[in-house]
Amino acid sequence: MTLRERFSMVFGGALSMFKGMAVTGHWLSHPKGIVTEQYPENRKTLAMHPNFRGEVVMPHDAAGEHKCTGCSLCEKACPNGSISVLNTRNLAGKKVLGKYLYRLDSCTLCALCVEACPFDAIRMGQNFELARYDRSGFELTLNQKEGR
Amino acid sequence: MELVPATDQALPPGFLTARSGRATEEYFINMGPQHPSTHGVLRLVLRLDGETVVEVVPHLGYIHRGIEKQAEAQTYLQYLHLTDRMDYLSSHHNNHAVCLAIEKAMGIGVPERGEYIRIIVDELQRIQSHLVFFACFGADLGALTCILQGFKAREYITDLFDAVCGSRLTMNFFRPGGSVRDVPEDFTDRVRAVCGKVDAMLAEFDRLLTGNLITKERARGIGVLPRAEAIALGCTGPVLRGSGVDFDLRKKAPYGYYDRFEFSVPLGEAGDSWDRYLIRMEEMRQSLRILEQACRSFPGGPYRSKEKPAYRLPTGTWFGAVETPRGVFSTWIVAEKGEKPWRIHSRSPSLANLAALNPMCVGHKIADLITILATIDPVIPDMDR
Repeated sequence: MTLRERFSMVFGGALSMFKGMAVTGHWLSHPKGIVTEQYPENRKTLAMHPNFRGEVVMPHDAAGEHKCTGCSLCEKACPNGSISVLNTRNLAGKKVLGKYLYRLDSCTLCALCVEACPFDAIRMGQNFELARYDRSGFELTLNQKEGR
Repeated sequence: MELVPATDQALPPGFLTARSGRATEEYFINMGPQHPSTHGVLRLVLRLDGETVVEVVPHLGYIHRGIEKQAEAQTYLQYLHLTDRMDYLSSHHNNHAVCLAIEKAMGIGVPERGEYIRIIVDELQRIQSHLVFFACFGADLGALTCILQGFKAREYITDLFDAVCGSRLTMNFFRPGGSVRDVPEDFTDRVRAVCGKVDAMLAEFDRLLTGNLITKERARGIGVLPRAEAIALGCTGPVLRGSGVDFDLRKKAPYGYYDRFEFSVPLGEAGDSWDRYLIRMEEMRQSLRILEQACRSFPGGPYRSKEKPAYRLPTGTWFGAVETPRGVFSTWIVAEKGEKPWRIHSRSPSLANLAALNPMCVGHKIADLITILATIDPVIPDMDR
């Protein structure tokens, strides 16, 4: 490398670095185009997309009833055994849902259970803050009353 | 550097039984598995002579989850969600390959709209993955603006995936016969808006990094992979095309509707890191071209052919292959009676491309090893599975 080439390299490098720094400077002075969510601060207004796949929830109506019949198709569809449908019999001897056990810690939020459900009894919720203080907090019972 | 067979020295596992004829003492150091420049839990054992790399031995297995074994205990639909977790930057492509194999086996057709959705989503993900490459390449070279700008441009696409597929990273979107749900009404408008933003960002990236003399000097002539060696090692994707081999499954064995769209496959000449970088930048522009054409002729109609209650593949072997951002991902299913496969094997591009790391690094400095590793664009969970 001749001295001339070496000098052109040094100054060319410095020049192209300033060109790149111009981009950095542009964004420094135009913070409006930045997409960062100010997450813990905007918690109250933060809305997920309607299709968002959070933890599995079982919607209940005003009377506290759900649509689950205890057919356990979701249990079969689940790839990692996160769902256990424990059925029981009511006073008339009919098979009903006893407990709908959902283990959040092994769930991968793939939504195959929701796809498998023929009654729309479960859906993916909007909650994305899934951390718990205790491991026992990951064992959820989705139906509110036992035997219904 | 000449390697001569060693007789007096026991080498760590994986190294060739040869040592340099120089009088200087060689030494071995670990790079990783927690090194930020290895893009994950990849452990590289370096054999160094001063600062010059003599040999590199990658050690895998830190994130092995046994996905191929797990697949044998799961139905085909359940297996689909595991493929998301192999190469998390191209989960749509992985799903696509498995879906192609299942569709071939069961004779399931895909409606026109379904194929268009697949192509649009695939190409968006290709751009997304290459944006991560740009971000990490810049960051590995010390240009920290790149990682912010690259991830910012990626966020536009990730947000679209969040709205359409319901998840940002492990989408689990494709199903045999189409996709799990239809796209929203304003999908093409949103894709166009994202394309416009990404296009503007690409112009900025050119000013930021492509035109930068320092980057050019650090990447040009570094990690040259000769054409014959790239083919012999089974490299695919930009690593192979950087060495000037014109091989892209979208052109050579078009799946879906790729033969309907006009795009070109960029090729490198020298086969060095700079070529691989330029190819990825150009591929993003070509993907934008495909997206523009697909949005223009986006058809109506059903998005998925009739869903089957259960997917039972006929006994035999079935194969599906797609071109992911990193190369050819293919899945090979050995089906037996019932809903579960007997064996599934995946051919992942990252593992094959990693084989080219040692021949590319020999004789370069440690700092160049970072550049070379970045241009392979490795995804570690894809190697280990």
